[in-house]
Amino acid sequence: MERRILIGGFGGQGVMMIGQLLSYTACETTDKNVLYFPSYGSEQRGGTANCYVTISDEQIGGPVGQEIDNVIVLNEPSLLKFEERVKPGGLLFMNSSIIKAEPKRDDITVIRVPANEVAEEIGSGKIANLVMLGTYIGYTDALPEENVLATALKKLGAKRPWLNEMNEKAFRTGLAYGKEQKSRA
Amino acid sequence: MERVFMKGAEAVAEAAVRAGCRFYAGYPITPQNETPEYLARRLPEVGGVFLQGESEVASINMVLGASIAGAKAMTSSSSVGIALMAEGISQALNGCQPIVIANFMRGGPGGGTIQPAQSDYLQGTKAIGNGGCKLIVLAPCNVQEAADLTYEAFRLAERDRNPVLILADGCIASMMEPVILPPMRTDEELEKERLARRNWISNGVRTRGWGSIKLDLWYGRAAMVNAESQGACGKPVVEHTLESANRLWAELYETWENDIRVEEYRTEDAEYILTGYGTGGRVCRAAVDQLREKGYRVGLIRPIVVNPFPANAYKKLDSQKVKFVLCSEMAIPGQMFEDVQASLCDRIPSYYYGRSGGHILEESEVIDAFMSHLD
Repeated sequence: MERRILIGGFGGQGVMMIGQLLSYTACETTDKNVLYFPSYGSEQRGGTANCYVTISDEQIGGPVGQEIDNVIVLNEPSLLKFEERVKPGGLLFMNSSIIKAEPKRDDITVIRVPANEVAEEIGSGKIANLVMLGTYIGYTDALPEENVLATALKKLGAKRPWLNEMNEKAFRTGLAYGKEQKSRA
Repeated sequence: MERVFMKGAEAVAEAAVRAGCRFYAGYPITPQNETPEYLARRLPEVGGVFLQGESEVASINMVLGASIAGAKAMTSSSSVGIALMAEGISQALNGCQPIVIANFMRGGPGGGTIQPAQSDYLQGTKAIGNGGCKLIVLAPCNVQEAADLTYEAFRLAERDRNPVLILADGCIASMMEPVILPPMRTDEELEKERLARRNWISNGVRTRGWGSIKLDLWYGRAAMVNAESQGACGKPVVEHTLESANRLWAELYETWENDIRVEEYRTEDAEYILTGYGTGGRVCRAAVDQLREKGYRVGLIRPIVVNPFPANAYKKLDSQKVKFVLCSEMAIPGQMFEDVQASLCDRIPSYYYGRSGGHILEESEVIDAFMSHLD
């Protein structure tokens, strides 16, 4: 079983962090193979950023591909660019707080996540990526939820332990939202 | 053994430290900056030295200096930066200095692009410096291999007193994968090795006859052989001329036949062969599995050591059975493809498919290229 994930957004939205938290969790808490491959421009903030994560029971091939199982987009340019890469029957998670355009495909499942609104309600728009991550895990169960949360608290809490409470809340709110969306699907 | 999740560029750096590297000099260039960044923090922890040179030329010469003073030393760069180091690398060979160089390739020619490519195969394997100098060239296809081959590079360099090149593409530098790191070599082991190097390293005081630095740096291989045999007869055993030194280097290159490493996957019953190295190689491997699922008998040949080239893996293919060989690299035109063609000697048709300019090769593209050659 192999799962290919692509995460895209603006630099500064925490796109790479979503990919890294998934990858670290897969590496440190499972026996699976995992490949994380980032791609970004020279800008730290405001430029485009995306990363590929492949989690597999088998040896992993190339770092990038056109047929992606799960695509997570945090901004509109990423939706326009990556919608076509979702495998037929695959999942597209989109940050509906920011993305106003509508997906064109009818052969995929779209999960709209008001990530920025939820994050701001909790305390800061900056944790919208954790809301997305929580939703993704809640919907797909791609990795054990408690392991992903533990990884997030460990990695993010290393420098800013005082933010862990808020980070956990963002993740858990997303998680509940993802499970709810899944139960309706 | 614990798996750690690391970038390829960092795994190379940590493996170098574990192999005993205690000196690094380099100049920043994307996509390999994580190697110097990591070593800037890591080397001081083990009593080593990290230096950012004012240029690539300065950096490679600092590495030469550290090496002649007895340190296990390395540098890294990317494509156009390696080109700037050419003179120093050739001199490392001339001085029989066991340094390690890592090239995380980006697109070219010239400054090209910061994005990954495999555009320096010919530079690395045929002529990395002037004067006909050859190095063992190791080409990892994932983070684990990047760590393992770096560790091995220091052993091979020391064994031959000759530089070793790690030829990785930019993908390997920036991808993160789980890796089991090689063991840390102990201070005792390293000190024992340093003492064994006493007959050629400079301590700043002694003159050492045939082994002296002045002679090592001119026609080094002849000086080295004479120094090593000094105890036996007290006289030089080979002429100290450039030509005799060239013959000795040629003899060294012959011994590398034993260092050939190649991955042959599902080749036993193969009617078609996909081949590539580094990221191109792993993409081909995945393409082999997908094509097998579609019912095609496809196998993989992936050189792990690209110089010396594993020509026999291609020479032994049965021309009655194998219909064609498709080579895929992130370079246009193909570079390793030249060695593949030379190994096949027109016995079996061969084709090439590549991407370049920062485009990363994908399995689907290799599969499409494969299908286009079926009759």
